[in-house]
Amino acid sequence: MSTQKLFFAGSGGQGILLMGQMISYAAMSQDLETTFLPSYGPEMRGGTANCTVIVSDSTINCPLIFEADAVVVMNPPSLTRFESLVKPGGKIIINTSLVSERPTRTDIDVIEVPANELADELGNRRTANVIMYGALVAETGVVSQEGVEYALRKVFSGKKAKLLDLNMKAANIYKEKMGK
Amino acid sequence: MTEKVLMKGNEAFAEAAIRGGSRYYFGYPITPQSEIPEYMSKELPKWGGAFLQAESELAAINMAYGAAAAGGNVFISSSSPGIALMQEGLSFMCSAQVPCVILNVSRCGPGVGGIQPGQCDYYQATRGGGNGDYRIPVFAPDSIQSSIDILYEATDLAQKYRNPIMILADGMMGQMMEPVLMPEPKYVPTLEELPTARPWAVTGTAKGYRNVVKSLFMKPDELEVNVEKIFEKYDEAAKDLVRYETYNLEDAEVVFVAFGTLSRITREAMEILETKGIKAGLIRPISLWPFPAEAFEQINPKTKVVISNELSMGQMIDDVERCVKGRYPVRLIHRTGGIVPTSLEIVEKTMKILGEY
Repeated sequence: MSTQKLFFAGSGGQGILLMGQMISYAAMSQDLETTFLPSYGPEMRGGTANCTVIVSDSTINCPLIFEADAVVVMNPPSLTRFESLVKPGGKIIINTSLVSERPTRTDIDVIEVPANELADELGNRRTANVIMYGALVAETGVVSQEGVEYALRKVFSGKKAKLLDLNMKAANIYKEKMGK
Repeated sequence: MTEKVLMKGNEAFAEAAIRGGSRYYFGYPITPQSEIPEYMSKELPKWGGAFLQAESELAAINMAYGAAAAGGNVFISSSSPGIALMQEGLSFMCSAQVPCVILNVSRCGPGVGGIQPGQCDYYQATRGGGNGDYRIPVFAPDSIQSSIDILYEATDLAQKYRNPIMILADGMMGQMMEPVLMPEPKYVPTLEELPTARPWAVTGTAKGYRNVVKSLFMKPDELEVNVEKIFEKYDEAAKDLVRYETYNLEDAEVVFVAFGTLSRITREAMEILETKGIKAGLIRPISLWPFPAEAFEQINPKTKVVISNELSMGQMIDDVERCVKGRYPVRLIHRTGGIVPTSLEIVEKTMKILGEY
């Protein structure tokens, strides 16, 4: 890996920014360079949330991207809007529990993750973003398994520590189901 | 703290200001920097400092004027239209020789404008909107770490020059997160130590004499002396505070001039240009005033064009032309309205311009 450019899109409340931050935390734990850039402004009130995360083994110049190695799509409008951001040969990771359409492009790798159904299996639908986080890492290898767990321990600490075990399971469920 | 932490720009700016010695913050919330007053309200009391939410930016800058005249280390922040409201106070502080650190997490104007990043406060920052003869040293960091480094240093610079020092960041830097290293907190004089540490400040008459801090000089000869005195400091600042970075000037056929966030995007554009066989160089002014004129002497004679790359309709380009002195054509690449170009867009526009030379 030299540089991976990732983009997360969905609606407010789906834990979009947290997914991105966890990748940055994981990258830091591996001494990699990282930037996390959230969208901000009036569109947030309209319900959309997205963020750009870059992970690299060298200095990151530009925190903005014009193409992504992988895009995580958590709701239907995000598919329409950000399908074009995936670079040719890149990956689009779709929460198929909420998004029924599929990309029109044929030059990208489509990864289907029924995140809400998997979250229901775990008994807590709010783990859907962590399931997608696990799926993204499984499909891209952007950070290590140790990094994934480091970020979860960082986020689920203090008052949230009781949620750590559940979220560890959520981060691994895609990998286990897919036998990866 | 010796380990890198992932911090949001605004929170990192606030923490760095505190560690650099700032103890008094006056402000009025404005996007995209409202995390700063929020952070200060929570953290400053722990350091024996004070946070006060003013009723307006006008009130905030005058509270800053008062607290700093009394010897306090003052840090204030706002965003473009808020900074506009503070211009009068900045002019007063320069005249009265009162130190202060001021951070503009800028957005895009004119008017209320929008909250996305812009660099259209270049004139406001480097020329000032206040009345009279004065200067404010302005630094434009390009990352959260470089913002921390300059904010950490800024309190000392403000005290050294007894003048406001401005840091010009933008909304993107305020909102993004990067891993950073926080420096160790600096020592700040106690109230008891202030009369000795700040012998010019209005710290009371117990020391046996009184100080007057003012910007009103009714007699022209007295005013001229005061202005000449502050300009002696500006002459020194113009030599000592020049800061810049250069990249690949020695063999560049096109030289970009860009600061802040946009300089990072420009560097990515330079990498793309290199894959197309085009050698591009960069002058990144860190100090916007004093503008790094000397960097332009390093441009090689084979350079075809100098491009001022800005998030405005073209403001820094005035300084670029002044420093290029007609030796090379100067062109502008820009976006405004809060739109930040991709590196690819900069590459395309550069190719088009290069086609003309």
